[in-house]
Amino acid sequence: MALNTAPNIPDPDGFYAELLNAHDGLSDDDSIALNARLLLILANHIGDRAVLTEALAAASKGDT
Amino acid sequence: MPLDDRYQLAFKLYPYERSTDQDASAPVRHPVVVVGGGPIGVATALDLGLQGIPVVLLDDHEGVGQGSRAICFAKRTLEITHRYGCGQPMLDKGVIWNLGKVFHDDRQVFEFNLLPEQGHRYPAFINLQQPYFERFLVDRVRTAQAQGAPIELRGKNRVDAVDVLDDHVILDISTPDGPYRIEADWLIGCDGASSPLRKMMGLDFEGRVFEDNFLIADITMKADFPTERWFWFEPHFKSGDSALLHKQPDGVWRIDFQLGWDIDRTEELKEENVRRRLDAMLGPDVEYELVWTSIYRFQCRRMKTFRQGRVIFAGDAAHQVSPFGARGANSGIQDVDNLGWKLGLVLNGTASESLLDSYDVERRYGADENILNSSRSTDFITPKSKISHVFRNAVLDLAEHHPFARPLVNSGRLSVPCVYDGLPLNTPDALPNGPARTRPGAPCPDAPLEQGFLLDHLGGDFVLLGVGVDVPDTISAHGLVLRGLTVPASGDIRDRYLGEAPGAVYLIRPDQHVAARWPAFDATSVPKAVARAIGKD
Ligand SMILES: Cc1cc2nc3c(=O)[nH]c(=O)nc-3n(C[C@H](O)[C@H](O)[C@H](O)COP(=O)(O)OP(=O)(O)OC[C@H]3O[C@@H](n4cnc5c(N)ncnc54)[C@H](O)[C@@H]3O)c2cc1C
Repeated sequence: MALNTAPNIPDPDGFYAELLNAHDGLSDDDSIALNARLLLILANHIGDRAVLTEALAAASKGDT
Repeated sequence: MPLDDRYQLAFKLYPYERSTDQDASAPVRHPVVVVGGGPIGVATALDLGLQGIPVVLLDDHEGVGQGSRAICFAKRTLEITHRYGCGQPMLDKGVIWNLGKVFHDDRQVFEFNLLPEQGHRYPAFINLQQPYFERFLVDRVRTAQAQGAPIELRGKNRVDAVDVLDDHVILDISTPDGPYRIEADWLIGCDGASSPLRKMMGLDFEGRVFEDNFLIADITMKADFPTERWFWFEPHFKSGDSALLHKQPDGVWRIDFQLGWDIDRTEELKEENVRRRLDAMLGPDVEYELVWTSIYRFQCRRMKTFRQGRVIFAGDAAHQVSPFGARGANSGIQDVDNLGWKLGLVLNGTASESLLDSYDVERRYGADENILNSSRSTDFITPKSKISHVFRNAVLDLAEHHPFARPLVNSGRLSVPCVYDGLPLNTPDALPNGPARTRPGAPCPDAPLEQGFLLDHLGGDFVLLGVGVDVPDTISAHGLVLRGLTVPASGDIRDRYLGEAPGAVYLIRPDQHVAARWPAFDATSVPKAVARAIGKD
């Protein structure tokens, strides 16, 4: 399985709003902690080491 | 430099005695000299001496140091010392534990059970003070000597200078009676992490220093803490950034506190300050006595190569790891196990000197694995940046409710022996569907056999093991006589050595690592694999 970078989330606007909502009212530190927990939960769900490595590489490249 | 003790002794085991070498008109030549009488040096002397190889061990003290340091000794170490004849007293004295608890602040995050696999002579781990471990080794040297093993332990013999030549080494030694000189065909450097020998030879020792200090306190107390390993991240009692509580024999408990980077060592080691931290952890009503305290800064580093011609390094002198995961002494004992038979075959002319390069290759591979594991543990326990701290605590927060996060919690991975995957002495795996754990390069897992255990029958020499397949009683190959051993394909032996295969033949090295395996006995493949395993290929 390769990293899926094609659109894959139904209701993208709704998801994005939910993501921001989760951070509502949090201090920067609490937000960073939430992101870390979220990332770990999602990474476990994916579970495929090769995909995770690809995802890390894609994220590290950022917008370049 | 005066010959003063650098540390207090727990047991005085080899008091200085004048050697006839000191009165010889010319330096006496010895086949093997070991520098350093820590656990690794003494085990080396024992391994070689039990093979009948004359060995002289030089240590600058007269026995075992007071500081306990290592407390966790792994199954593989006990199996190796069993082969030397001193595993049982270690097991008898040691404390066996299976349950570990991990806390964050004031909450228990989870607990784990080592769930030891059945059918092994030795448990996954015992806790035992290092001075006892060393004493049992020296006790075994004494009984071996009584049975004729040519081992000499020379206390208060400090090596001050070496001259390393192509085919021997000259050593200058200080003693209470003044200096003398000896020569060695082979010199084994087991003189510890700050190895003076390494420095005398101008050799490197590179790696990472972890920017943190740990206060180690061994205490005796009459408290009813269970025999478990308790580890706190950011404990509520604030005695350190992390803390560890672990039981040892004689009612002694090991406690570690992570102090941080910028500390005043002398101040922190004052009894009142140590007690302040302990009181906060144990509560006001627990009475205890301090047995030993020390502060360590942990490092992970190794030499570029463990062999320099006639000088071979082993143990902490060759590689140093942070203690999370207990890979220091445990890996050093594997060095000894690996080196002993190879040096034996070189000394008796069966193998050429180049076999010793495989010691360097295999044990560097082992050291890298250990350094990797203990660096990862240290990075988890002592996060080095804000974001690594965030992730660490995210893992701990999740682990409390979600089993998936528990394997990410790293308060030290258990020391297991390394598998020499893909290294030159192995013959590629020829057993279809054989279990991965017994692939070439792997240490043989133990299993019950008749009234005892399989490992009792392996080690010391090359063995051809037939599992459900008949093998000849003896086979000669390349100057070696292999011992054939046929065992029934049943029970744990079947699970661990056959898997789905109906039968198998294993070539097993003297250090109980698998060199090759096949589905059937083949009189031409075996000698080829033997040649490879002794570096003749
Ligand atoms: C806090 C702590 C906890 C640890 N916990 C564990 C654990 O749980 N499990 C584990 O496996 N390991 C553990 N270790 C590591 C373990 O203690 C070491 O790996 C082990 O002691 C290494 O043994 P060695 O024989 O190589 O060196 P050492 O024990 O250092 O012995 C070296 C010897 O050489 C002698 N010597 C030095 N210079 C000279 C000279 N010039 N001439 C003659 N003799 C000389 C010294 O006096 C000494 O006797 C721990 C270490 C620390 C610090």
